[in-house]
Amino acid sequence: MATAAITAERENYLNQEYGIKSWLLTVDHKRIALLYLLSITFFFFIGGFFALLIRLELLTPAGDLVQADTYNKLFSMHGQVMIFFFLIPSIPAVLGNFLVPLMIGAKDLAFPRINLLSWYLYIIAGVLMVHCMLTGGVDTGWTFYTPFSTAFSNTKVIEAGLAIFISGFSSILTGLNFVVTIHRMRAPGMTWDRLPLFIWAHYATSIIQLLGTPVVAVTLVLVVLERALHLGIFDPTRGGDPLLFQHLFWFYSHPAVYIMILPSMGVVTEIIPCFCRKRIFGYKFVALSSISIAVFGFLVWAHHMFVAGISLYAALIFSALSYLVAVPSAIKVFNWTATMYKGSITFSTPMLYAFGFVGLFTMGGLTGLFLAALGLDVHVTDTYFVVAHFHYIMVGGALMGYLGGMHFWWPKISGRMYPESLGRLAALIVFLGFNLTFFPQFILGYLGMPRRYWQYPPEFQVLNVLSTAGATVLAVGYLLPMVYFLWSMRYGKVAPDNPWGASGLEWMTTSPPPTFNFDQPPVVNWEAYDYEHIPAPQEARSGG
Amino acid sequence: MSEHVVSAKTYIAVWLTLLVLTGVTAGVAFINLGPFNTIVALVIATFKALLVVLIFMHVKYTSEKMVKVVVVSAVFFLLLLLGLSLADYTTRLL
Ligand SMILES: [Cu+2]
Repeated sequence: MATAAITAERENYLNQEYGIKSWLLTVDHKRIALLYLLSITFFFFIGGFFALLIRLELLTPAGDLVQADTYNKLFSMHGQVMIFFFLIPSIPAVLGNFLVPLMIGAKDLAFPRINLLSWYLYIIAGVLMVHCMLTGGVDTGWTFYTPFSTAFSNTKVIEAGLAIFISGFSSILTGLNFVVTIHRMRAPGMTWDRLPLFIWAHYATSIIQLLGTPVVAVTLVLVVLERALHLGIFDPTRGGDPLLFQHLFWFYSHPAVYIMILPSMGVVTEIIPCFCRKRIFGYKFVALSSISIAVFGFLVWAHHMFVAGISLYAALIFSALSYLVAVPSAIKVFNWTATMYKGSITFSTPMLYAFGFVGLFTMGGLTGLFLAALGLDVHVTDTYFVVAHFHYIMVGGALMGYLGGMHFWWPKISGRMYPESLGRLAALIVFLGFNLTFFPQFILGYLGMPRRYWQYPPEFQVLNVLSTAGATVLAVGYLLPMVYFLWSMRYGKVAPDNPWGASGLEWMTTSPPPTFNFDQPPVVNWEAYDYEHIPAPQEARSGG
Repeated sequence: MSEHVVSAKTYIAVWLTLLVLTGVTAGVAFINLGPFNTIVALVIATFKALLVVLIFMHVKYTSEKMVKVVVVSAVFFLLLLLGLSLADYTTRLL
């Protein structure tokens, strides 16, 4: 094809070298990003497969498709795979890896070899996890609560724990790399107040990865030690305290939600100004709200333990602090909306995902406030209300942002355009399918359907059928982009350097970028999101 | 970033101190000090951690402000973990 010939002439990171070795031993952040993309997509489909089985089981009130024990394993491994092997690495390790150096005008991350090491650690952890799943799996929930995990469960707790322990190091190394890169490798003129807000979001995320992940890693080691050597740490019959586990676990695992959502917020903050042709409203507030979400996120963990037996005084403190996190989150939502106000908005695919993100994140966030309220939490603890809430944040928020970002930067990553009308269709399907899946779960939970049961009273069936139907729609919405992304790599239109007329250094190099990102080291002498001075591309505006 | 060179002697001295202190911790565990059991163990452990951070991790020799910020924030977040957990443990009725 003629188009293929044109791209072949331009040297870029994809055609610089060929062969499996040039990929497995690469230290190029862009290639490592693609390695991560392949691996997390693999785990996304494993996690999605478990989700589908869960929804099929819940189609009928009776526990008829799988045994109760199998069901326990399904939701446990769905959670572990989706959280530790998909959502945590998703945006940072793929889009962050690809974009952080490009956006600040650097040749690569500060430690390219450590970057590759982080991928190998992820793969080792992933192989261990797959082995664990194939040889029996684990049934503790993704939360590994003691004393069940250390004294009672007869599944592969140790193996799953070690897999997540190792994947934690991959996450720490990514965070470390970003912090050092953002401090040390910015191009001349790229001051802190000119950084794209995507970078601020990743900086905040990295802080959590660095400070939080070691705690969950140590906690899992303690679980393994208690289970294997019968040390008395969490087991009350040996002088331990089971709530200590929950304190340590949630110290990481509440902020872990922000590891998933902050990068998504960063993506949305890039998309919205671009498709509104306006400078972001309140740059400094958006930047600092990322940092405050990261810090406040560490102060609220015991809201997961209100009915577990912590003291009332502690519960009061943690409830009040939980409300505090709503402030920076709301600042972001208001600033995004203010940016849209009187903007000339284009409803392109990435923008549709951004709209979806803002709406669904707001619903997820507000229902989080219900759960932070001490009285209401007693009623909805461990019900489907909680399940719906965190899926609005993690799927409606984090995953929507990831898909929006994949569409926004796909031309830069692959050098090809995806089919715009199919893209919009998929975004619509995802949005409808998502709401159909998870909105009924709010009602189910409020009516009292507990989570983690494989059968339920018949009066809950209608809402459960709706939810399962939604999951099927959602699956179509996820498969579609994968198909047309792959299709576009061969048949898509060749992408120009800056198809959206976007600001940001990543758009000033070729698509796809050369191995060292820029032919000339860039010098920045303009403010971020300078959309008054960037012409909008006609093609993108008419919708292609 | 100038690299400060630490002599092998210092490293070995620190290593031996760490080994001795590990022995002391183990030894003290056999003596019943009542409420001081935990306190003594923690004091020794903190001292060992300080040796590792200051000398093995070169924090003592750095002039970089950033390194100090990193160390201080790590300690700060550890205190958050302990402090807010104690908000529960010190006020629990059961
Ligand atoms: Cu939480």
